[in-house]
Amino acid sequence: MKQVFGKTNVLSANPTHYCPGCDHGVVHRLIAESLEELEVADRSIGVAPVGCSVFAYDYFNIDFNQAAHGRAPAVATGIKRTRPDSIVFTYQGDGDLAAIGTAEIIHAANRGENITVVFINNGIYGMTGGQMAPTTLVGMKTQTSPYGRDAATMGSPIRVSEIIATLESPAYVTRVTVNTIANQIKTKKAIKNAFTLQKEKKGFSFVEIVCICPTNWGKKPTDAHKWLTENMLPVFPLGTFKDIHGIEKA
Amino acid sequence: MAKVLMKGNEALGEAAILAGCRYYFGYPITPQSELPAYLAKRLPQVDGVFVQAESEVAAINMVYGAASAGARVMTSSSSPGISLKQEGISYIAGAELPCLIVNVMRGGPGLGNINPSQSDYWQATRGGGHGDYRTLVMAPNSVQEMADFTLAAFEYADRFKNPVLMLSDGVLGQMMEPVVMPAPKDYDMDSKKWSLGYTGKDKTARNLCTSIFMGQEELEEHNWSLYQKYQVITDFFKANKDLAVEEYLCDDAEVVLVGYGIISRILKTVVEKCRKRGIKAGLVRPKVLWPFPSDVFAKLADKASKFLVVEMSYGQMVEDVKLAVEGKKPVYFFGRTGGAVPSDFEILNEVDKIVRPD
Repeated sequence: MKQVFGKTNVLSANPTHYCPGCDHGVVHRLIAESLEELEVADRSIGVAPVGCSVFAYDYFNIDFNQAAHGRAPAVATGIKRTRPDSIVFTYQGDGDLAAIGTAEIIHAANRGENITVVFINNGIYGMTGGQMAPTTLVGMKTQTSPYGRDAATMGSPIRVSEIIATLESPAYVTRVTVNTIANQIKTKKAIKNAFTLQKEKKGFSFVEIVCICPTNWGKKPTDAHKWLTENMLPVFPLGTFKDIHGIEKA
Repeated sequence: MAKVLMKGNEALGEAAILAGCRYYFGYPITPQSELPAYLAKRLPQVDGVFVQAESEVAAINMVYGAASAGARVMTSSSSPGISLKQEGISYIAGAELPCLIVNVMRGGPGLGNINPSQSDYWQATRGGGHGDYRTLVMAPNSVQEMADFTLAAFEYADRFKNPVLMLSDGVLGQMMEPVVMPAPKDYDMDSKKWSLGYTGKDKTARNLCTSIFMGQEELEEHNWSLYQKYQVITDFFKANKDLAVEEYLCDDAEVVLVGYGIISRILKTVVEKCRKRGIKAGLVRPKVLWPFPSDVFAKLADKASKFLVVEMSYGQMVEDVKLAVEGKKPVYFFGRTGGAVPSDFEILNEVDKIVRPD
């Protein structure tokens, strides 16, 4: 029988610790497939964050560093400067990247570090039990915004891709989602673009992926993806904000 | 090599290059700024990497990354900046990675001032960050030692897979003295087969660098293995006493003066002046502050009658001396704080008070 699909060898066989329906698994696979297809897996180094994906290293058969909360871009800087021929990426959530790690992400981007950042935006802190994130929508109820996020006292969702795109140095800044199969294919393309740019030493690449958190949103995965489409995407519009080498057209 | 006149901060920077360090990540703060300034100029000349980070927090995490990738790597700062680095130091210690962290101490607490101080002793020797861990702490007392200890520090860091802290101060960093640069060492980062990005043919599994051990048994086992390593470090310096401590005229000393870093230079003068005045004084100068050379004090406690600890703080190392002396003899203390450096005259007065109480 003809094999039409196989699991990439870059993913390990470890059982997942992620919740049923979580998008992390999909994104992990897209990253692993991209590294395999670009034939760079044997020289790839990942940096895991603090949050649900703190154990991301359990699922990739590549070298990994586990960083402190928010510091992954600084750790990746140290690794990449030491091993410039490696393919180095961080995998960070919105609490990690958009709150405690704001300084590290902005400055790694601004230095034009030749690394790739995969940013999972699901508008909530997952691992710690569903607290308000910088990306939480206005009105959204979380453990620490039990009456809904109040823009007047808690601010409004931060659009990180748009901020990063104002900087001169970054090569590629894009926002995608994995709510449908079509969008998963687009996300894979974006991730592959980012790693291709890094492979060609063309600078900093940033892929924001709007995801769900069914557990802390209190929704079934299918309902959560519907909610994402109707509520998250109007606030976090999909699209490419920066592509200085025109890789999407290539 | 010929003698050259250099500032302590610059001598340390040049020695780091001679030690094979090619990676520096730091953030400006006085009184250590000559060190990053020197390396910003020198590192590109030797194909090295100098990055001015956005904060001390970022700098130490860059060090964490570079160390995990096998680099000989360092950062430096002064007291308030070292406080910010504690998060990263705890991770580096937990993940068992080698690196050099230089603290050119200034006055605290808070923003304090930019004058020389020794008030970070507790922070340096007690861990500083969270969790059960130790850093090896070295205390040079001259520009020559700023250079020599730096080469040793990188060797210890690699040997013990542990961060090494160089505890200097504003005087040692800023003052100029003649120095003979040590001979350069070769360093091959692919000697670290555990490092991320190592691609040698003998690599059979992926490399992982982490400080998270979720299971209670797992973390306890890890922490006890760290403890065993710290015992190995302690035993190493016990067996190599000359590397850890300098004793001066202690054999017949009745009063033993104790001080580290720049204070020990002043204490040497005091000992000589005491001897001229017929007071049998000696000096113990720890060169390594953790592990603390306790046995040297334990032995001296059987011979000498009194100890006087002098620090540029209101008394931190004195607690370690008291623990080592175990109450056998009185341990006195004299300190200046807030950035003041005591004079030999002031200290001599203190010795007089102890030796000839009214």
